[in-house]
Amino acid sequence: MTDDQPENARTGTATENVRIGSESAWTGSEQARAGSDVVLEARGVTKHFPLRRTARDLFARERRSVHAVDDVSLRLRRGTVTALVGESGSGKSTVARLLAQLHPLTSGEIRLGGAPVVAGRGRSFRRYVRRVQLIFQDPFASLNPVHTVRYHLTRALKIHGRAGSGEAELEENLAALLNRVQLTPPQQFLDRFPHELSGGQRQRVAIARALGADPQVLLADEPVSMLDVSIRLGVLNLLRDLKERLHLAILYITHDIASARYFADTTLVMYAGRIVEGGDSERVTQHPAHPYTQLLIASAPDPDRIVAEEEQEETGTGEPPSLITPPAGCRFHPRCPKAMERCRTELPPRFDLPDGQWAACWLYDGAPASEATAHGTVAHPGGVNGTAAKEATR
Amino acid sequence: MSAEPVLTISGLNVDYGTDKDAVHALRDIDLTLHRGEVLGLAGESGSGKSTLAYAVTRLLSPPGVITGGEVHYHRPGGDRVDILSLAPHRLRAFRWQELSIVFQGAMNSLNPVHTVHSQLTDVLAAHRPELRKRQRTDRAKELLSLVGISADRLAAYPHQLSGGMRQRVMIAMALALEPEIVIMDEPTTALDVVMQRQILRRLVQLREQLNFSVVFITHDISLLIEFSDRIAIMYGGRIVEEAGAAEIYRDPRHPYSDGLLHSFPALHGPRRELTGIPGSPPHLSAMPTGCAFHPRCGKAFVPCAAEIPVLTPPPAEPGRAVACHLHAPGRGAPRPGQQGVPGQVAPGPAR
Repeated sequence: MTDDQPENARTGTATENVRIGSESAWTGSEQARAGSDVVLEARGVTKHFPLRRTARDLFARERRSVHAVDDVSLRLRRGTVTALVGESGSGKSTVARLLAQLHPLTSGEIRLGGAPVVAGRGRSFRRYVRRVQLIFQDPFASLNPVHTVRYHLTRALKIHGRAGSGEAELEENLAALLNRVQLTPPQQFLDRFPHELSGGQRQRVAIARALGADPQVLLADEPVSMLDVSIRLGVLNLLRDLKERLHLAILYITHDIASARYFADTTLVMYAGRIVEGGDSERVTQHPAHPYTQLLIASAPDPDRIVAEEEQEETGTGEPPSLITPPAGCRFHPRCPKAMERCRTELPPRFDLPDGQWAACWLYDGAPASEATAHGTVAHPGGVNGTAAKEATR
Repeated sequence: MSAEPVLTISGLNVDYGTDKDAVHALRDIDLTLHRGEVLGLAGESGSGKSTLAYAVTRLLSPPGVITGGEVHYHRPGGDRVDILSLAPHRLRAFRWQELSIVFQGAMNSLNPVHTVHSQLTDVLAAHRPELRKRQRTDRAKELLSLVGISADRLAAYPHQLSGGMRQRVMIAMALALEPEIVIMDEPTTALDVVMQRQILRRLVQLREQLNFSVVFITHDISLLIEFSDRIAIMYGGRIVEEAGAAEIYRDPRHPYSDGLLHSFPALHGPRRELTGIPGSPPHLSAMPTGCAFHPRCGKAFVPCAAEIPVLTPPPAEPGRAVACHLHAPGRGAPRPGQQGVPGQVAPGPAR
């Protein structure tokens, strides 16, 4: 990657000019840039998707709904990657869609550059997406098969008013975008159709399209999980490079906690619609506090695992609960080997741990911050609750 | 582990298409599965790993054709069965009875309009006509408990089960007749890590109990290192390296194996910059000349673009095999990072 450094530098300046051009169109952001490095913030964001009414629900007082996301608060900072890790169905993609304003919130608020925003449709939505762009998981589906790379990128540039005046300038901007995602030489890729590109190249085009808006925030929803394993790191390294050069705030949504450790500065762990733990990536992966994070890490493939399989049983088993009727109290309690009586009834708040780590788990209630992680292992593993957990999951 | 072979593949070639446009999906595959062993088959999309599974089970559908090679199954008694020339009725009896397969995306391979019960007993009714209805149901219950699902789920339809449970039903089905060989084609790719580990752990237990052999196909090499005894790595329709799981992990010989191991960030140990492998896997219709990996290989040298390397044991190491000119006999077998090999790489995979 070092040999195309001069090229990178060149494209950097080219798009810097464009950035200045677009800045005047959005003067409000100037304040935010100066004030704090938090670009996008979610405060108590909740999303319930109502279920279709059936005959059974006719007399029910409350309409049933899927509690996809409950009380999620997170901050995306300039120049950092925040990973949101969770299993499928944990609501992590819904968080990305809420942050992209693709769904209205049930409650809570989203603040962009310090000010609450509700982007409806039309112009206000477009103004929002100019700053917050979403990258999807499947580059085979997110690019239109009947259009060329040139069409995709030109459209993004035109919609966001960054196409420049005249053919030559447009051409220059297109080349700059492709250079930026390391699809070089650009001329070789501009007139290709998606099917002529490999998965990694397609995802790079999707990233270039997102960069066409010159955003401040990139929401990347499993950006590499559809790609071949040998090229995943190339795309992650590209995103990291973009983060550093463009000071982007990136939300990296993934199910792979090892890649979160590799790529993200901070990591949030999500379970059944709630964020259960957060902190510095290294801290969260090396000293997981929440029993769910511990389970996730114990389950991840690890060639170095020396512990015998039998010794791992206490991390718990089972499957995530139904989000239509989520368990009361802590949502992890039916599976948790360390569950206590109060876990069944009371929802644990965030407890702060050393080094900026926190966990929503009663194990850390009142525990001196320094002993917190050790305290976790004292609680009765297995026991009555363990068997209850197994029964609950059948 | 006994060294007795249960499945031997030699010189297997598979093409897609028959005319001059045919693409070669598998070239000269030599592979032996031993009794009671888990053989991992790793590779990226298009490397031919699924084609191999289909060819061995003779499930390859047109335009796929087996153009050469032999596949032999060895019965416990010692007699050999030539799978590729089995008559249709013998083949039908052979499948599932002696070799079963769990398909990629097995979660969706269950018939949505039949209950788990009818799908599980269907196998038994076809292969064990002497069993009474009652006995079949009992066996179905037994199978479900084997994979950790309570017997009252027997009446459930597939949509009433979670993905992980459906996957376990598929495994139960594959074990229904206690086959000697189970081929698993990406059995857990669609599942979450927690469920994946539960299923694989169960599989390891079952294998100890029932002593069958497993061919485990996946792209996730770190999973294979943990769960398999031996690993064969495929690239561009060929096996490029074959060795014990620990050997591959500690000391990969083929540059592609090395690159693949460096493509998975580690969960523990120092964090370091990983690069993956530059470029992308070749398309079957545009396979590079010589070694298929040479355009992406940091250590490619003169013969790589011209000659196809043969899968041979590196000097003084009979237990493994590698197809790379770097390790060709007589070349002094330079290890990665030694003897002036271009593109210096730290020995051993990423920590």
